[in-house]
Amino acid sequence: MLVWETWSLAFRRPFQLRLLVHQLFLIGVNSISVVLISGLFTGMVLATQGYHQLIQLSAEGTLGKFVTVSVVKELGPMVTAFVLAGRIGASITAELGTMKVTEQIDALEVMATNPVKYLVVPRFLACAIMLPILTLFAIVFGIAGGYLAAIILFDMNGLFFLKLAQANLFINSIVISLVKASSFGMAIASIGCYKGFTISSAGGAEGVGKSTTGSAVTSLVTILALDAFLNQMLHVVFGVQ
Amino acid sequence: MIWIENLWKNFENKEVLTGLELYIPRGETLVIMGQSGCGKSVLLKMITGLMKPDQGQIWIDGEDITTFTRKALNRTRRKLGMLFQSAALFDSMTVGENVGFMVSQHMKLKKHEIDEIVAEKLRLVQLDDTQHLRPAELSGGMRKRVGLARAIACNPEVILYDEPTTGLDPITALEINRLIRDLHEKLQVTSVVVTHDMDSAFSVGTRMAMIHQGQVIAHGTPDEIWKIDNPVLQQFIAHENHHQN
Repeated sequence: MLVWETWSLAFRRPFQLRLLVHQLFLIGVNSISVVLISGLFTGMVLATQGYHQLIQLSAEGTLGKFVTVSVVKELGPMVTAFVLAGRIGASITAELGTMKVTEQIDALEVMATNPVKYLVVPRFLACAIMLPILTLFAIVFGIAGGYLAAIILFDMNGLFFLKLAQANLFINSIVISLVKASSFGMAIASIGCYKGFTISSAGGAEGVGKSTTGSAVTSLVTILALDAFLNQMLHVVFGVQ
Repeated sequence: MIWIENLWKNFENKEVLTGLELYIPRGETLVIMGQSGCGKSVLLKMITGLMKPDQGQIWIDGEDITTFTRKALNRTRRKLGMLFQSAALFDSMTVGENVGFMVSQHMKLKKHEIDEIVAEKLRLVQLDDTQHLRPAELSGGMRKRVGLARAIACNPEVILYDEPTTGLDPITALEINRLIRDLHEKLQVTSVVVTHDMDSAFSVGTRMAMIHQGQVIAHGTPDEIWKIDNPVLQQFIAHENHHQN
């Protein structure tokens, strides 16, 4: 119901552009450093683990491909979504939950302002827009992390790594990755807002705490389930293996 | 102005309102009294459309708001202003943004015009030049006054007060009572005050109603209320007065 109402209100006037820009800033700019660091280390770990597996098959030369394909198709959007589920999803629930128990959401209603339009729509759109952008950064830093691990830890030819990485960057894969990231963003915002809105006013601070934890956990599980579903669906649509 | 007809509300098999009937004439300040949990705040929530009754009608200016869609309800809500028990100020906004919120949302005015309205309303509640402060920087009494300034920002026809003096010291409570009377005189509005503070009730009310077991058991002017021979009512007034003294 909340998602449906959010969709129907997102394209109806008045557009709360100022609120959207504020949320884009909060979600995007404030999360970028965490996403970049997470992406970098994910790429490094992937390269380290991948190298030890590939060397057994005498295929360590394909590390650039292994890292690129993994980061673009899975780890880029997943790591970004996981970081934002913990950081943004939980904070949305805590903020809206506090507003609920202190009657601020009731005050919005009494002042003839739709709380879904005013509070949910900007967060929903900001997550849907910022997740793909942050995912692009995570992908770039993930590949960079793999590259650094390859040349520093395994003394590999950096140019060869990058050529393999470039040869395996397909536009369809990137589009799938960004569509997935946007879907994860919508799921994180929807769950965060729903958990915040459904806190009982009598729940108080304890209720806000419980809902915030619940929001993060539900978002993580939903991201995994959504990933499994979208992988199948999008690969059929875009025809990429 | 507001006519409440045969209102019923049930929470998990606990009957809170059982066929409540109440008429609030235009321009009056009606005080609704009653024990905690008797349904006073529930009634306010129903008048503002925050809660739907199980049965019954609420007529505001001849329209039954219980049948309204959200859009129609929002049209009616623009005639209302509400002071919440906790003031319910938006803590992410300044005092000025709080007071100007409804104006900026519903009236196509330039920023300097909104600023003028905000300054005027803050002056009415004696909080000049506090626009830049955050709610966290305000005392309990100041928060209530900002809440009141926000409630009157769009010149409502009806102001609803949910326990306006609860949690305040006696001096601040007196100030809030005086403010409610002043606003009533200056703005010529209809007011509904929910309270169990008898000092406040007799200080601001031009009419009073007592709710007990989900129904109005006494209704009249403050002088009439003193004279009504109802044991529950007299016990409530005596007990609350004794408690406050």
